[in-house]
Amino acid sequence: MSIISSRKKPPRVGDGPVFRRMLIGVVLLLGALLILAPLVIIGVEAFKQGWQVYLATLNHPDTRHAIMMTVVTALIAVPINTAFGVAAAWAITKFDFRGKRLLLVIIEIPFSVSPIVAGVAYLFVYGLQGYFGPLLEAYEIKILFALPGIVLASMFVTAPFVARELIPLMQAQGRDLEEAATSLGASGWRTFFSVTLPNVKWALLYGVVLCNARVMGEFGAVSVVSGNIRGQTNTLPLHIELLYHDYQAAGAFASASILALLAVFTIIAKVALERQGAGRRSRLATQSATSTGTSV
Amino acid sequence: MKIRLDNVIKTFETFRAVHGVSLEIESGELVALLGPSGSGKTTILRMVAGLEYADGGHIYFGDQDATDIPVRDRGVGFVFQHYALFPHMTVAENIGFGMTVSKVKRDKAEIARRVAELLRLVKLEGLGDRFPGQISGGQRQRVALARALAVDPKVLLLDEPFGALDANVRHELRRWLREIHQELGITTIFVTHDQEEALDLADRVVILREGKIVQQGTPQEVCRDPHDPFVLKFLGDANRLVGKAKGGQVQADGAVIEAAGVPDGPVEIFARPRDLDWSSSGPGVRASVTRILDRPGERRVMAQADSGEPLEFDVEPERQIEAGETGYVTLRRAKVFPLNP
Repeated sequence: MSIISSRKKPPRVGDGPVFRRMLIGVVLLLGALLILAPLVIIGVEAFKQGWQVYLATLNHPDTRHAIMMTVVTALIAVPINTAFGVAAAWAITKFDFRGKRLLLVIIEIPFSVSPIVAGVAYLFVYGLQGYFGPLLEAYEIKILFALPGIVLASMFVTAPFVARELIPLMQAQGRDLEEAATSLGASGWRTFFSVTLPNVKWALLYGVVLCNARVMGEFGAVSVVSGNIRGQTNTLPLHIELLYHDYQAAGAFASASILALLAVFTIIAKVALERQGAGRRSRLATQSATSTGTSV
Repeated sequence: MKIRLDNVIKTFETFRAVHGVSLEIESGELVALLGPSGSGKTTILRMVAGLEYADGGHIYFGDQDATDIPVRDRGVGFVFQHYALFPHMTVAENIGFGMTVSKVKRDKAEIARRVAELLRLVKLEGLGDRFPGQISGGQRQRVALARALAVDPKVLLLDEPFGALDANVRHELRRWLREIHQELGITTIFVTHDQEEALDLADRVVILREGKIVQQGTPQEVCRDPHDPFVLKFLGDANRLVGKAKGGQVQADGAVIEAAGVPDGPVEIFARPRDLDWSSSGPGVRASVTRILDRPGERRVMAQADSGEPLEFDVEPERQIEAGETGYVTLRRAKVFPLNP
């Protein structure tokens, strides 16, 4: 009897009600403790002393300046990295050249290197004792402990995001579409804007959203190169740390709540983009086109 | 437009894909480049299109040397095996793309008129608003052809155009492409590895092997007079026997074939399955039946000669033959090539 029933439903590893419930329970509990609880604490702590205090801390000039620094950094770093990502993905997927594999590896480096290493490296290159330090000082160009340094460090850390989203997609799409467009008389730019870009736009936007979230939240690399000058070179993450060390818990939590809010927006945008990517007509056509392409 | 290839060479890294191919294609001709994979046929087609540059030699369009003209300005219509339709554009937008990006400015009404005309030509009226993902594979390939024709190309190039379609659709599209070619009279080159497709469709078949042309001619010429065993085997199933020629006669495993003009010595004998007969008594090649494959029009008999050579031949559907039977195979018609030692 037991043999027959087990044949009907092939036994899976650990497929007992007790084990299953335990596993789900443990995962949920850990998720709540490790991820959800800290976020909730931010909200609770930020509003502990009421709306007034919350708004007042956010309205503090140093906080406002930190927010502005973060936004400006993102406004510079994200477009540049987007352009870099698109160019790198295009080069890697549409052309054959020597050192292509190497380029792929180089793009990945920031993912595997601790951001603080990047910060220190910039210090050695542009710092006063660094290679270009004296030269830069002679011309009174300030890179370190100023906005350029912060932007550079942020760009290093987020360089792979856009390219990593685009490369697999563009690889799957192949070169046929671009070749077809050129054979029909389209110029390079025309091909890019009318054929390549529309087919990768959701992936591109997805990469941009992730890149932006990371730029705004970057701490390690930026903390080395910014010098933490309050009201001058502090970005929001650095400002939060500073407030916390100053025992201004309410201020720290209020500022942190902004970054947390950014995270929530990022997740919403991410999910929305994923839905677009899966549900859109254009993407469906791409998928069917590529699937017929690979199935033969 | 007349196309001429003069000693064209292409090398990929260290692999030479095309070895000095020279070929002339008359204006309005429909030519098939036929060969197994790796024979360089697609590379040749892509060089004619300008999607690859030739490492050596010249490609002429009429009297003009087109070797270094980029694909964009070469004025060719290229149809890809996997259609390469723009998935985010409707069928009509796909067909109109070449006209929209053209240096020759056309107004919208003119483009729309031409698109409607092409949709009619490829028998897809009413599907202009669909997206490529919403139509069948056969329809997609017709859209791809309409898109290629929209720019009034000097030459139409098709890379395994029916390779991704199932057998029925493939047959239908083959006849349809022939009709379109008849109607438009545009010089057309297509690449295929399917000998039946090449023979059915082309005015002239160019057979390639390892980057070289081994034979070219009308379907009749290449079928009736294959120059070497490779061409013969590539064009269809063939049985191979080894024998000896002496005084205009070939002996092989007990079968005797007239072969006037074949020099004395060891020879290879090739015969199509339909050119073999089966009888229960000799003379002939003694063989035993191993298996029978029943097909709509005939019965294909798989047999083994006593010498070990496998043999395949066709008999009428009514003929009673069973596996295990032994008998004699005679050759009604065969091609004999001297066997190179």
